[in-house]
Amino acid sequence: MSDKTMTTDEVVSRLHSGMTLGIGGWGSRRKPMALVRALLRTRITDLTVVSYGGPDVGLLAAAGRIRRLVTAFTTLDSIPLEPHYRAARERGAFELMEVDEAMFMWGLHAAANRLPFLPVRAGLGSDVMRVNPTLRTVTSPYADASSGVREELVAMPALRLDAALVHMNRADRLGNGQYLGPDPYFDDLFCEAADAAYVSCERVVDTAELTKEAAPQTLLLKRSSVTGVVETPNGAHFTSCAPDHGRDEPFQKLYATTPYAEFAARFLTGDEQAYQSAVRAWHKEQR
Amino acid sequence: MSPASTPAPGAPAAVVTRAEYCVIACAEAWRDNGEVLASPMGPIPSIGARLAKRTFSPDLLLTDGEAMLVGLDGTPEGWLPYRQHLTMVTGGRRHVMMGASQLDRFGNQNISCIGDWSRPTRQLLGVRGAPVNTLNNPTSYWVPRHSPRVFVERVDMVCGVGYDRAAAAGPSATRFHRIPRVVSDLGVFDFATPDHSMRLASLHPGVTVEQVREATGFGLSVPDEVPRTREPSPEELRLIREVIDPGGARDREVRS
Repeated sequence: MSDKTMTTDEVVSRLHSGMTLGIGGWGSRRKPMALVRALLRTRITDLTVVSYGGPDVGLLAAAGRIRRLVTAFTTLDSIPLEPHYRAARERGAFELMEVDEAMFMWGLHAAANRLPFLPVRAGLGSDVMRVNPTLRTVTSPYADASSGVREELVAMPALRLDAALVHMNRADRLGNGQYLGPDPYFDDLFCEAADAAYVSCERVVDTAELTKEAAPQTLLLKRSSVTGVVETPNGAHFTSCAPDHGRDEPFQKLYATTPYAEFAARFLTGDEQAYQSAVRAWHKEQR
Repeated sequence: MSPASTPAPGAPAAVVTRAEYCVIACAEAWRDNGEVLASPMGPIPSIGARLAKRTFSPDLLLTDGEAMLVGLDGTPEGWLPYRQHLTMVTGGRRHVMMGASQLDRFGNQNISCIGDWSRPTRQLLGVRGAPVNTLNNPTSYWVPRHSPRVFVERVDMVCGVGYDRAAAAGPSATRFHRIPRVVSDLGVFDFATPDHSMRLASLHPGVTVEQVREATGFGLSVPDEVPRTREPSPEELRLIREVIDPGGARDREVRS
């Protein structure tokens, strides 16, 4: 069995412009921010990003790397509206496929199960159908026993990904990934829906360590759907990564209130280590 | 005297605030709902859901706002990560009270953006779960500042589906579609009219029909006799003021 550990730069060296990229987590929760920062250090652009959007989308939008976005929302949670995403939308910076949260999930399920679509009720009657004119419906071959109606539902197309980026609490060198917080979000689906999946984690541990103190159902990612593993302590910063760390609310506020160019000049010009020390320095100034 | 303070013996009880009528009106949304998840969004609906559970709807399920189902004292009783939450929605055992940036006379709701969707003048949250909510489980709305900017003739982007749009989309859309009520700082509204257009169901004490009409950007159905939103019981007032919201979050959302 192969050792899949690599650096963030090795991960992004396997990505290229024009890719469809799924990003795990949810809003401002357990986002693979170190991998997003590594992506920002490259010239990779023209991306189709598939994400339950948070600051991952905000940063990539502010840096002009998104050609098309697939999402149900973009939020910083404690700050409801993501300012960079918002500004990008208001200047018409990229194409948007706006779908409902459940439609999004079924799109990932379809891709993970190698199905062309899955039927969902959500979307019918809403303007999701108007703003996505390529969405089609599908009629059930079975009539409802009581009404005789053959239901017509939305055929949510598979959201197949060229690559997925997710962040876990722990992983081993083989690609088995573990979450220790209260919610897995949809990170296993992102990995299974992708041709290649890259997992950053707070700590790489021996396989035996994974179940020493945690229950087996915390083992979310199977190594068969993981391509690369990166150890990035505090790698979800400034989003939450319970129980390892909460959201860095003061820093998120700084991010949300600073013009992108100014924020990038201070925090995003060096490598991940430089980012983490710049964050520490900023916190020291605040005391 | 602050509403939370206990009146001196013989002194009149502190007057019921507008925010407290709003709490009562929100709580009533979950009456007789049985064993379903109450999903309140915003401070006053959250206080209302907790009040309902503490009084007339004890079987309601509540979350901690993250992935746990919790009792009133915060004791976890179940696990509800987002993926299972979505099954709770599509399985129908839930009643959500969402916010609305815009709401029209048939109950279509917008939280996505203002203006032309392809290049909005004001980007908001996105559709979030409004499409799945409205087609699958009862969906009520809470509007803390009733104005013609919220209550509009036509919403810019239909996120939550209203009665006219559901009907046009066919039986799969109408099968589980229901909007039990809309609560605002001025009153309670429902869709119990022949064409399912919005109707004034009750006025909060101190509010006039004229005020509501002026603050609503479409023709509202108004019955000849408009009931008043009911009075809270002394026990309900005690629970709101001393137990559920002693910090007065309700007064920061709706001022008297």
